[in-house]
Amino acid sequence: MIELTHMPALVVVAPLMAAALCALIRHSRLCWWLATLTLTFSCVCIVVMGRAVFDGNVLSYAMGSWAPPIGIEYRVDALAAFMLGVVGFMALIVHLYGYRSVRAEIPQPLQGWYHAIYLLCTAGLLGMVITGDTFNAFVFMEIASLSAYTLIAMGKDRRALTAAFQYLILGTIGATFYVIGVGFLYLQTGTLNMTDLDTRLDGIMDHPGVLTGLGFLIAGLALKSALFPLHLWLPNAYAWAPSVSSALLAATATKVTLYLLIRFAYDIFDFDIALAQANWSFVLFVLSLAAITAGSLLAIAQDNVKRMLAYSSVAQIGYITFGIAVANLNSLTGALVHLANHALMKGALFMLLGGVMLRLGSVHLSHLAGIGRQMPWTMAGFVLAGASLLGVPGTVGFVSKWYLAVGALDAGHWSLVIVLMASSLIALAYMGRVIEMVYLRERPADAPTVTEAPPIMLAATWLVLAACIYFGLDTDLTAGLARAAADSIMDQPQ
Amino acid sequence: MNGGPPIPRVIARILIPPMLLYALYVQFHGEYGPGGGFQAGAIAASAIILYGLVFGVSHAQRAVPPAVVIAGMPLGVLIYAGVGIATLALGDNYLAYGALNPDNPPGGQHLGIMLVELGVLVTVFSTMLTIFYAFTEGED
Amino acid sequence: MNTETLLTFFGALNHWITIFLIVTGLYIIVARSNMIKKLTGLVIFQTSVYLLYIGPGKVLGGTAVILNDRFTVYSNPLPHVLILTAIVVGVATLALGLALVVRIKEAYGTIEEDAIFEQDRDA
Repeated sequence: MIELTHMPALVVVAPLMAAALCALIRHSRLCWWLATLTLTFSCVCIVVMGRAVFDGNVLSYAMGSWAPPIGIEYRVDALAAFMLGVVGFMALIVHLYGYRSVRAEIPQPLQGWYHAIYLLCTAGLLGMVITGDTFNAFVFMEIASLSAYTLIAMGKDRRALTAAFQYLILGTIGATFYVIGVGFLYLQTGTLNMTDLDTRLDGIMDHPGVLTGLGFLIAGLALKSALFPLHLWLPNAYAWAPSVSSALLAATATKVTLYLLIRFAYDIFDFDIALAQANWSFVLFVLSLAAITAGSLLAIAQDNVKRMLAYSSVAQIGYITFGIAVANLNSLTGALVHLANHALMKGALFMLLGGVMLRLGSVHLSHLAGIGRQMPWTMAGFVLAGASLLGVPGTVGFVSKWYLAVGALDAGHWSLVIVLMASSLIALAYMGRVIEMVYLRERPADAPTVTEAPPIMLAATWLVLAACIYFGLDTDLTAGLARAAADSIMDQPQ
Repeated sequence: MNGGPPIPRVIARILIPPMLLYALYVQFHGEYGPGGGFQAGAIAASAIILYGLVFGVSHAQRAVPPAVVIAGMPLGVLIYAGVGIATLALGDNYLAYGALNPDNPPGGQHLGIMLVELGVLVTVFSTMLTIFYAFTEGED
Repeated sequence: MNTETLLTFFGALNHWITIFLIVTGLYIIVARSNMIKKLTGLVIFQTSVYLLYIGPGKVLGGTAVILNDRFTVYSNPLPHVLILTAIVVGVATLALGLALVVRIKEAYGTIEEDAIFEQDRDA
């Protein structure tokens, strides 16, 4: 009954229906198992679809049998399959990890709801990637965002509430800007379908209405993906959210809006023509550099480790948009690989901190003194993921920075390689602060003794860390897929 | 019945039954004319909300218990998505209503739209009431 | 001011109102510290989009899209459908925002953003 042809629909519908079922039963353990089954099913679908589209095929699915461009089309090409893989697998692993973490951090009566909202958020994120309809992407964006606000607001600290509120205001402004942009494009072309839009925009890309729409789109998506200086919602949201929420959102939420940015900039608009027209590529370029520098510097100043990682995310988002702005095959490959790699690294780091939060009840830097000996596996993982964040050869971080640097050199911006290196050094400074505190300080005599994080949390986290190493050594899968994806959307490979 | 001015009470009693009836009309007429599950759900919910505002939330909660509306929200989504699964099982695309009645596709479409609108009705009705109950918590 | 200028101005009246609503909404969000007022600003801001879509969907002389032999010109129904969805999204956002404000009021005892930041700084 489950054939490849229906998988594009099922991959989104399954978590959506499971979310509704969870909200109906609301039994914590049952919901967890249901979510596990559903997310596994989605991942299987993603792998099967990925194999089908890897060699350049495209899966197109007509919702309700209404043929596109009239009906809503779900479309899986190499790029979409790549992103679906990132979102689907990270959501599954973080969910497995949540078996213990959710029980520890979420009040018992809300645990079933938490799993339901988690599934809803995942369905929204998957939907944003898979849909071939610009307005449908907005609807999924809002499904994902509304559930993300709730996931954040469930944090124990009351600051989670204000963080969620700020995110709600800024996120809604971002989404509304996006939909204004889509509106302008619709007024100019009369279509909402991405493929159709691509065709109909030929020749009118310098039309003022189209350029205005593009401006709104980029501003909205930049706000949703926390591109500096529109990142203000992100640090608090990640810092005060429950550990599982932080890990999921850091790994996937901003990445998916960046995916939409790539989709619009390269696939729908011809990057060179449309974005150069209003100097958008230059703006994106400058903001990326500012994000890399400012995000790294701000990270040093943080005493809350989760907040520090959140600022580091701002810098890492800068890397990705940098790859988008430089706009050649290597840099775009770098941006895509970094999307996946950063999801792995940051996901792992937030998952490790979740273990610390569970045992220690705090992730404040000063409380971490000397816990390296008491939580050896957690902290070894932290060092490993940190090394990947710096870009040490042999880890995934190195692979993506390599592609970005090569892309920058291809474009003749050799000075930018220095910025990339410098920011890695700053990353060494802030990660080093934590590592110094954890390993070199003595545990204060009056500090409570902590034990290692629960096995299921460690197992899930080390699975991600193993992927960090594996994909750092064997680049065929991630970099190969990313290159195929970049190839498929770049019109003139250089 | 608690106290309070009599005029709203009398008017509410006159209004609420036609409102519920009108909600049903909008629901079942939705496939031919303007209307549908969303509007029907909103109208039906506003009838209950009017009842709650005039006679007290506890009365409204006795008529439509909070447990029912909380279950109603996901139930409606499941009805909607279930129709999609049914069309898949019948061998057509997701939410291709025509498959519901292979001998007479337009009839299948009528049926499909009616069913998904029923899902929308349940969800919208429950959601509006959930919001109403949530914000009137502790005030009665 | 000649007739042509006036016609251009009023011909784009819905766009002027759209712009007015966008700017008003954003201004309220930025300038007000009260969270309920911020949400009000957000709703006004979102309303501008509804107008942006629906205005151009109207075909002069067109009627609602209910097929009937007496009519040949119909308005474009697609923007209305899109905006019905957007309105639902807006309602959901507003409900969630208000729910958060209720929780914030319980946790902090105030819904003024400045006062809340002050409390967090002291904490």
